[in-house]
Amino acid sequence: MTQGGFGSGAAGGTPDRSLRLVGLRKEYVRGTPVLRDVSIDFAPKGMTAIIGPSGTGKSTLIRCVNRLVEPTAGQILFLGRDMAKLHGGELRTARRRIGMVFQEYNLVERLTAIENVLCGRLGYVSAWRAWLRRYPAEDIDGAFELLEAVGLAERAGQRADALSGGQRQRIGIARALMQRPDLLLADEPTSSLDPKTSVEIMELMVELAGRRDIPIVINIHNVELAKRFAQRIVGMTGGSVVFDGRPEELRDEHLKAIYGGEAWL
Amino acid sequence: MSAAPAAASIAREWQRFTPRQRLTRYAFYLFAVAALMQSLRSVEIIPEFLEDMPEQVADLFTRMWPIDWNYYPTTVHAALVETLHIATLGTILSLALAFPVGIMAARNIVRWPAVQLFAKFILVSSRSVNSLVWALLFVAVFGPGALAGTLAIAFRSIGFVGKLLGEALEEAHRGPVEALTAAGAPPASVFLKAYWPQVQPSFWSIALFRLDINIRESAVLGLVGAGGIGTALDDALSLLYWDQVAMTLLTIFAVVIVAEIAVTYIRSRIL
Amino acid sequence: MSAASRRNPFPVNWPARVAWVALAAYTVYAASLFQLTWTRFLTGIDNGAKFLDRMFPPLLGKWDLLWVGMSESVEIALIASALGVVLSVPVGLLAARNLMPGWVTWLARGLIALCRSFHPMIVAILFVKSVGFGALAGIMALVVSSIGFIAKLFAEAIEEISLKQVEAVRATGAGFANVLIMGVIPQVLARFIGFATYQIDSNLRNSTMVGIVGGGGIGATLFTAFQRFDYDFVLTILITIIALIMVGEIVSGWMRRTFQ
Repeated sequence: MTQGGFGSGAAGGTPDRSLRLVGLRKEYVRGTPVLRDVSIDFAPKGMTAIIGPSGTGKSTLIRCVNRLVEPTAGQILFLGRDMAKLHGGELRTARRRIGMVFQEYNLVERLTAIENVLCGRLGYVSAWRAWLRRYPAEDIDGAFELLEAVGLAERAGQRADALSGGQRQRIGIARALMQRPDLLLADEPTSSLDPKTSVEIMELMVELAGRRDIPIVINIHNVELAKRFAQRIVGMTGGSVVFDGRPEELRDEHLKAIYGGEAWL
Repeated sequence: MSAAPAAASIAREWQRFTPRQRLTRYAFYLFAVAALMQSLRSVEIIPEFLEDMPEQVADLFTRMWPIDWNYYPTTVHAALVETLHIATLGTILSLALAFPVGIMAARNIVRWPAVQLFAKFILVSSRSVNSLVWALLFVAVFGPGALAGTLAIAFRSIGFVGKLLGEALEEAHRGPVEALTAAGAPPASVFLKAYWPQVQPSFWSIALFRLDINIRESAVLGLVGAGGIGTALDDALSLLYWDQVAMTLLTIFAVVIVAEIAVTYIRSRIL
Repeated sequence: MSAASRRNPFPVNWPARVAWVALAAYTVYAASLFQLTWTRFLTGIDNGAKFLDRMFPPLLGKWDLLWVGMSESVEIALIASALGVVLSVPVGLLAARNLMPGWVTWLARGLIALCRSFHPMIVAILFVKSVGFGALAGIMALVVSSIGFIAKLFAEAIEEISLKQVEAVRATGAGFANVLIMGVIPQVLARFIGFATYQIDSNLRNSTMVGIVGGGGIGATLFTAFQRFDYDFVLTILITIIALIMVGEIVSGWMRRTFQ
């Protein structure tokens, strides 16, 4: 197994992988913002964890980055472009550069594990070739390498609905890395998993992305996991950032500010 | 015992219905009874015919027996094969025609109201016209024969297949769609790899279900000249050869039963 | 892992491929059987244009004929629905395997299967022979198809009910009729109303067709108009039928909302 052979960045050197959000605002209902002009500069490597209570706009924030949710105002600067201004083919080209891992895995249940991983290449492969399953040979090699890296090589031919939750999330990670992304977004990737599997998934993500120098932006409920794996923690409440610092700086008073109350501490 | 009094007693016991709801119910009973009474008064039923019925039925059976088995190899067999072709080809054609309409009707895929309205119009008009009327129309255009029958079956089925396909697409899980969109996949790939794998079992199930219905329906198209086993039935009827009618009916009965068993079996296998 | 399986992670699904080829081959074969040729298609288009030309504008003169036929169709549908719904209740109950002894259910199921297997038009032909031309034959044909549909689904609905509630009612010492009324009917009533309203719509559609074989209603008028090439009157009849069916769907939707 070659170390990080696949997905280790574009051939002509690594571009600047830092993501900048400037005054990002989202209103699902006019006049009631879910995100209140959020501005964050993310580092070009390492993991940034976004924590905060449910319904505070973390998921919306992550989904705005690759425009699964349309931001109402603000800029999303990545790889020298403003993601918020892109449309159609340009937007799809930009999305290819950003991998995403989901809470419910979002695998295509009736396709095999290997084909789910290859779905990460759909932005590069024409629909016609995808229909005939004529993926380029290097993509197929890459998919097998990633399956091996997540420890599921022998499950390649199994359908996704035959896999356990942890296995599905591993496939989800492999699919995201299959895009050879310059940024990895993770939306509550461990919320549907048991504690042990959660740690394994976090380790896997950190290791595989770290090897490829891909920065991770993760939104996560579990503060302990965030402190253990992230280099930076952003605490949000009511659509605004209320804490931004290193994990060891996060104290109980910060958590109180983020989540409110203290009985749970 | 009828269902209606039970409904009324529940209505009183549960006290769940507002006076307005109760009023609507009584208005409905009144309307239904009045309509039924009016119908019974004005419909033309000749009692003598009803009295005559047992005699006529007995006569029918004596004329039907013995069944003219010889009618099968000479006429019914070829007509039966034609019926099966009409049903199958009509179903295939309707699947091809209904596929784009179903996609257009799915609210989560197509976001332009005009396209959806257009799709709804096609679906509703296909279903509101009976297959016999479709057959009459196509006989008028293409002349009598199996071609008119096939087109009638196909056009009648578009509404059914398209509506159910559209509903299956609307019920597809959003997750895989979101994941492939996030990977930058073009719309065609998203459909192919996120929607289609999810609706594929329902699609084949709908197709088989419709095939079962179409086999029944195609058996009567011959009555209006659109080919198939109905033609054999119509010929025998117009000549009052009831033993041949019996042979044809027996064949239809057998085919419908076999088709239903086969379709149920295949559906249980693929689902 | 072998190099071969690594290169080709999608083993050819031979059964599916064979099925697709067979389907394509069949389609071509069947189409050729029906002489579906280009020239025939062009002639058809030509005929279709003439046909449409003769359809428009719809004929607005023969109101009497239209009214008589349509009202008879509605009467057939209403009477057949009422009888069909009422008769479906006992037949459906007798066919439910969780309430009745085996031999009874087999008899009832046989009756339902017999009612279901023939198209209403064919049943109408047999009744026309038995009771003569006219509305009575149409009514009887639609009653038969109503029993086939409602009783079958009703029996299936009863078989899916929770027996715990039935047990609870039985435990109070209630007689069989009371068990039915209090333990069974409440559980299936909503679905029964759903089947019944669906069948009323279906009866309305079919009542406009049984006339083609002599079962009364507008169907006879429509068929005659076709045979006489009175396509403008055909269009008038079709528009009226479609309007009637749509009104019927609105009424049955209203009925469903009122009672479910």
